[in-house]
Amino acid sequence: MKYIKFLLIFLLAINSETYAKYPDAAGIIKKIDENMFSTNRVFESVMTINGKRSSRSIVSRTYSVGDEKSFTEYLSPASEKGTKMLKLDNQLWIYSPGTDRIIQISGHLLRQSVMGSDLSYEDMMEERKLTDIYDAKVIGEEEISNRKCWVMELTAKVEDVAYFSQKLWVDQESYVPIREDLFGKSGKLLKRATLENIKKIQGRWFPMKFTYKDMLKEGNGTVFEMTDVKFDQKIPAYIFSKASLKK
Amino acid sequence: MLEIKLAFKNLLGAGLRTWLNVIVLSIAFVIILFYNGMLDGWNEQARRDTCEWEIGSGEIRHPLFDPYDPYCYQDAHKAIDADLQKLINAGEITPILVTQASIYPQGRMQNIVLKGISPDQKLLKLPSDKLNGGDGDIKAIIGHRMANASNLKIGDRLMVRWRDVQGAFDAKEIVIADIFRSNVPAIDAAQIWVSIDVLQEICVMPNEATYFVVNDEYLKTHREALAPNGWKFASKELLLKDLNDVIKSKKASSGIMYGLLLAIALLAIFDTQVLSIFRRQKEIGTYIALGMTRFKVVRIFTFEGTAHSILAILLGSIYGTPVLSYFVRAGIPMPSSVDQTGLAISASIYPVFSLGLIVSSILLVVISAMIVSYIPTRKITKLNPTDAIKGKIL
Repeated sequence: MKYIKFLLIFLLAINSETYAKYPDAAGIIKKIDENMFSTNRVFESVMTINGKRSSRSIVSRTYSVGDEKSFTEYLSPASEKGTKMLKLDNQLWIYSPGTDRIIQISGHLLRQSVMGSDLSYEDMMEERKLTDIYDAKVIGEEEISNRKCWVMELTAKVEDVAYFSQKLWVDQESYVPIREDLFGKSGKLLKRATLENIKKIQGRWFPMKFTYKDMLKEGNGTVFEMTDVKFDQKIPAYIFSKASLKK
Repeated sequence: MLEIKLAFKNLLGAGLRTWLNVIVLSIAFVIILFYNGMLDGWNEQARRDTCEWEIGSGEIRHPLFDPYDPYCYQDAHKAIDADLQKLINAGEITPILVTQASIYPQGRMQNIVLKGISPDQKLLKLPSDKLNGGDGDIKAIIGHRMANASNLKIGDRLMVRWRDVQGAFDAKEIVIADIFRSNVPAIDAAQIWVSIDVLQEICVMPNEATYFVVNDEYLKTHREALAPNGWKFASKELLLKDLNDVIKSKKASSGIMYGLLLAIALLAIFDTQVLSIFRRQKEIGTYIALGMTRFKVVRIFTFEGTAHSILAILLGSIYGTPVLSYFVRAGIPMPSSVDQTGLAISASIYPVFSLGLIVSSILLVVISAMIVSYIPTRKITKLNPTDAIKGKIL
């Protein structure tokens, strides 16, 4: 009995020491949210889809408000130019100039990849603040790409979450995740996102390059590179209407 | 009796002209039988296979469930209540749970429908007993179409990703326990069957189902109220409507083909009749002059034309019986591409020649031959016997 008591006190001491040497996890994910989420943003990006044999790049301009509204217009290549995508809450519509028709994407189609990338329409619609959906703890410290990172484990605190748990490597200086591993309930690694080229824009740190990799699929993933980002802009309300898809 | 004797005597006397007509008409008769027998055989086989593999004697469905609308799967499921559980235990119904998922064969993503069925069910022919066991692995059965499309074999391991009822992604490997061969694409193409208990667990839908397949016993015992409270009932006839419509449309299109053939044969009989009346004016005049009524003469000539069809049926039976019997035994091989059409067609269709089909085909040939034989003979009623004996043109 005496030994068990001793062991318990010892383990408790180790545990408290472990937590003491890391900053508060809730504070870290709050800072991540402050960097990654804004009232609204307008950005231009180049999405490079790395296939087995070749790669192709798609340029687009996106307007988004929180996690509820988003409007994307594809600017190049010629085959995709004019394609527009509108997201309002949990509904998604696509306009294709070739057919001059607006299609609502739901059910099966939501699982299709966006233009052959590693991102599905579902992935594009999942944009919620980490503080709203995850409980976090810091489990260690590692160095990635010459940057010191907090290693964090996030576990869902709500049921309607796409990925039950996440492992984040958060840059200690900018509080931007450099790597995100997304896991299913069974613990299976499903997706990996690598975030690079962190820049300070309008007072917040923001990664200009994202690489997404569906870990169940072969290939080198999809690179999403921002060429221009502006936060807290005045976006006209008509942008987020179905009428703007055909404009 | 005199008319029959005269008709056959005249017919056989006409020699090659009669036999050419008879041969063409007999071919039309055999082809009518062949096409209708093939379609009836397909209909019977498709209905039987669809019932045995897919729909049983009907389905009890969640009100939102529409098998042709994958968008509805997300919401079309609910808990199995105690009354339904009793029916499951009695073997009168079997529950099926449906959800969407993605598979990753050879590292590429493919969307599929994941269906859960009880491994102990005996209502459908699906080899669901192969879903038992697994030592921690999720066992799955797939149809040969799915196996071919995804290049899968028994024993292969395959990554499946799904979303649970709350929308959370998860993925796990499944093992292909069996590949079944069924003529019903609706249970095969882009579908994977796993144990319903496993699917309920991974999707966090405890004791839930999307629809139930029922057997004849259920129909007998629940004649008054086929749909349990909160569910809707889809009858066998409703579920087979699409198939019936396809068969109906096929019958109509094949009817055009054999209708043309029949029309050629009938046209030949019509021409023969016109020629016969023209050439035998003196004979017709003599009949009337000797006291035969015009109506009786019309009957002789009409029967003569109709007799072509009787001879055609006899001739068709002589060569058609062994030919059609061969197809009944050996079946009519279908091209492999029909497998991809989404219709329940087996590799060979075994035609069915029912008594109704044979009698209706005989009546079609005889009555149509009678009509085309009668039309030219109407002139006889206006015939003046003196002019006819003189050979004046009608």
